[in-house]
Amino acid sequence: MNKTPAISDAEWNSNQTDSAKQTSGRVSSVRYTTILLLGAYFGVVLSKAEAVCWQRIHDMFLLRDPHLYYVILTAIVVAMISLQLLKWFRVKTVDGSEITYKPKPYHKGVLIGGVLFGAGWAITGACPGPVYIQLGAGQWLAGVTLLGAFLGMYCYAILKSRLPH
Amino acid sequence: MLDWIREPWPWWVSGILVGLIVPLMKVLAAKDFGISTSFQELGAVCSPGSRLEYFAKFDKRANLWTLVFVAGLAAGGWIASHWLSAQPIEFLPNSYQGTSGAIKLLVGGFLIGFGARYAGGCTSGHSITGIANLNMPSLIATICFFAGGLGVTWGLGNWLF
Repeated sequence: MNKTPAISDAEWNSNQTDSAKQTSGRVSSVRYTTILLLGAYFGVVLSKAEAVCWQRIHDMFLLRDPHLYYVILTAIVVAMISLQLLKWFRVKTVDGSEITYKPKPYHKGVLIGGVLFGAGWAITGACPGPVYIQLGAGQWLAGVTLLGAFLGMYCYAILKSRLPH
Repeated sequence: MLDWIREPWPWWVSGILVGLIVPLMKVLAAKDFGISTSFQELGAVCSPGSRLEYFAKFDKRANLWTLVFVAGLAAGGWIASHWLSAQPIEFLPNSYQGTSGAIKLLVGGFLIGFGARYAGGCTSGHSITGIANLNMPSLIATICFFAGGLGVTWGLGNWLF
């Protein structure tokens, strides 16, 4: 009854992946532009919040200046409420998928790595975002911070299997 | 009239705009906002054919967006400092100019890279995105970030700074 020639599973799959690749290829240039613009937005916002300044971060840890505590708390509340609203109104992502979250797991690294990260944050006056922002703004010393971060990440890559998780 | 935009922004303006990055990334880019994965992506891109599982099993293509995002961050830093600031932004203190400062930045940077990847995220992925998604490990991570930062500042501050 069905006159269409049978397509093997392998062929069908390869056709599927090809078209999927083409679609994602077409989407991604737009997507990457969006992500670039959102990065620039966030770079401007963190700069104007002064979350990129060593002195501000030092004053935060000295409990001398509540500015950044307020910024972080407001940001968390705003992010939390907006995610709830998006779910409430069943807003879809640009992919057409539901708003979901893949939870980051708990392990000992959350504690040990967390404390080490905090120490680095206090010493350099920058977390990962501000490192790139400082570099972009022409603060070349941040290149040393980025080099350190790269070495630290590499060291973790080497030691990962031997560290408690 | 737009002079205020060139001054540092008040905490509530900053906080609202920082928080909005999470829904914006989710809806417009279908990504969970987080920055330190870009370190892993850098490592994976710089060491092709590496036998380290951390790079070999990492999907470079799917995470390429992290490098695009941080390129945007750099552009944003440039825009903010060149067009949107009445006074130059003071990123690092003068005491950091010089060898001892560079060593501090190198060691501090090392702790940032190692710690963020070991903890599975940084202030963006854990403290903002994670907590906003009610992820308990992210709250614990954030408490540890502050424990580390407060500990160094109060414990070693006189010697370090």
